Amino acid sequence: MSDEEEDLILSELNDEELVEQMMDDLYDGMKPEIEEGVNILLERGWAPYRILTEALVAGMTIVGNDFRDGILFVPEVLLSANAMKGGMAILKPLLAETGAPRMGKMVIGTVKGDIHDIGKNLVAMMMEGAGFEVVDLGINNPVENYLEALEQEQPDILGMSALLTTTMPYMKVVIDTMVEKGLRDDYVVLVGGAPLNEEFGKAIGADGYCRDAAVAVEMAKDFIKRRHNQMTAS
Amino acid sequence: MADALSTMLAERDWILADGATGTNLFNMGLSSGDSPELWNVDAPEKIRALYSGPVEAGSDLFLTNTFGGNAARLKLHDAQSRVRELNRAGAELGREIADKAGRTVIVAGSMGPTGEVMAPLGALTYDDAVEIFHEQAEGLKDGGADVLWVETISAPEEYRAAAEAAARAGMPWCGTMSFDTAGRTMMGTTSAEMVKLVGKMDPGPLAFGANCGVGASDLLRTVLGFTEAGADRPVIAKGNAGIPKYVEGHIHYDGTPEVMADYAELARNCGAQIIGGCCGTTPEHLSAMRAALETRPKGARPGLDEIAAKLGGFSSASDGTGDDAGPKRERRGRRRG
Repeated sequence: MSDEEEDLILSELNDEELVEQMMDDLYDGMKPEIEEGVNILLERGWAPYRILTEALVAGMTIVGNDFRDGILFVPEVLLSANAMKGGMAILKPLLAETGAPRMGKMVIGTVKGDIHDIGKNLVAMMMEGAGFEVVDLGINNPVENYLEALEQEQPDILGMSALLTTTMPYMKVVIDTMVEKGLRDDYVVLVGGAPLNEEFGKAIGADGYCRDAAVAVEMAKDFIKRRHNQMTAS
Repeated sequence: MADALSTMLAERDWILADGATGTNLFNMGLSSGDSPELWNVDAPEKIRALYSGPVEAGSDLFLTNTFGGNAARLKLHDAQSRVRELNRAGAELGREIADKAGRTVIVAGSMGPTGEVMAPLGALTYDDAVEIFHEQAEGLKDGGADVLWVETISAPEEYRAAAEAAARAGMPWCGTMSFDTAGRTMMGTTSAEMVKLVGKMDPGPLAFGANCGVGASDLLRTVLGFTEAGADRPVIAKGNAGIPKYVEGHIHYDGTPEVMADYAELARNCGAQIIGGCCGTTPEHLSAMRAALETRPKGARPGLDEIAAKLGGFSSASDGTGDDAGPKRERRGRRRG
C-alpha cells in the first residue's frame, strides 16, 4: 500500500468515486468505512433507497457473483455481509420512514435436527443485501415453527436449509404439511444446503434449489417478479 | 507399542475403511432430525448391525456412530450432558464387533464438526472448541477406540482444535476435511493448503485426507491435489456413493457398487492408502470395493480425464490449485491498507 492510498479520505471523493470506493470496501468487509460512506451520502441528500440500491446492493451483487464463481469463500463473504449490516442498520429506520419500495419478504430457517446455520446465515444476509426483508428462525426448526412463522409474517418466500444427509429429508415433511394444510401454493419454497441438488429439490416439491447464496438471491428476485406479473394478470 | 492403525499402515498397501453411517441408519428406521448418537444407548442392537455391515463386507476399519457426539451438537437434543456416556457407548459397541471379527479391525472414533463458526468470524473460540472435542475424545477413549477420526471439517482452526483435543486425550488421530465448494472446503481451504496445514502439526495425524463433499470424482481430484502438493503421510479417501436422490421417502445415492469399485481402484492409483466411502455407501458397495482392491493391480496415477470418464464429471472447472488456480477478480477502485 502506498501512502497515497492510505490517506484516502472518503468525504473528499465525489459521489461517483465514493460509491465505487464503497463497493470495494464492501468487498473487503470494512464495516466502519461503509457506515461512514452511508452517512456521507445521506448528508449529501441521497435518498436512503438510492444508497441501498446503488451502493450497498450493487456492491453485494459483486460479492455474490464472486462467491458463486469460486473467487470468494465463506469467510470473506461473512465479512462483507457484516459490513453491509453496518450500513443497513443506519438505513433501515430511514427506509421505513420514507416508504421505500419493498423487494419482498422471506422466512428462513435450518430444519429440525440440524444446527448448521452458516449457509442459512449467508443466504439471509445476501437476501437482506439485495433489499429483501428476512425473518430468520434460526436452527433446528420443527414443522410447527415454519407454519407459525408463515402465518405471522405472511412472507412471499419460505427458505429451508439442511447440511446433513440425516436432516435433508425433513424438508419434505415441511412441504408435505404445507400441502396438507392447503398452504403450499401461497408461498415460494426455496431449499439449499451442501448435500442437496436440483433433482432433490424437485423430488420433495420445492420451487427451487439454490446451490449457493448468490443463486438464492437471483432465484428469489425472479420468483417475486413472476408473482407480481401473475397478480397483475389476474 | 505402536497403535493398531500405525501397525496396519506399516504392513499394508491399502486399507479398506467403511461407508456411510447416517444414510445407513435411515434405512434402519432413524427419523430425519433425530440424533443418531442416542441409539448407542437406546438401540444398541441396531448399532451392532450398523458396525457389522462393513466388517462382514471386508472393511479393515470402521467409524463409530458418534459423528454428532459433541456438546455443541448434542445440545440440540438436550443431550449435552451425555457426551461422555454416548461416545463411550458408541466406541464400546465398536470394540465388541471389532474384537469378534477374527482379524484386525480398527475402531475409529468419529468426531464431526461442532457446526459453529470459529472466532473471529463466529462465536466459537479456539479454546472452547478444544474443550468440546476433548470431552468427546475422552469418551471415545474410555470406550476403547483405537484411533480418533476427525471428519467433515471445513475450517483449518477447527481441524487444529480437534488435533489438540486428541493430543490432550493422548490418542492417535486421523483427520479429513470436506471439499464441497468448487473443490475447496466451505471455508475456502484447498487440497494443497491442507497438506501445508497438516505438515506443520505436532503431533500430526496418522493419516489425513478428504471425506464427503460432492461426488466421488471431486474427491479424487482432491486426493490428486494432496499427493501433488507433496503429502508426507498416508492419505485417506472417503467419497460419497454418487449424488443423493430422493426416492420414495428416503435418500438414495446413485453410485452403484460397480462405480464404487472403480472409485476404490482409482483412489489407490491417485495415492490414497486408506480408502472408504461416505454417504450412500452400503456394505454391498464395500464388498465390491474390497474385491476391486484385491483383484485389480495397482495402476498408473490417473489424469482428471480418466476419473471423469469412469466416475462422472467434476462440480467445478478448477479446485483452486496448480497453475490454473481459478478465476481472480480485477479490482477497479483503490485498495486501502
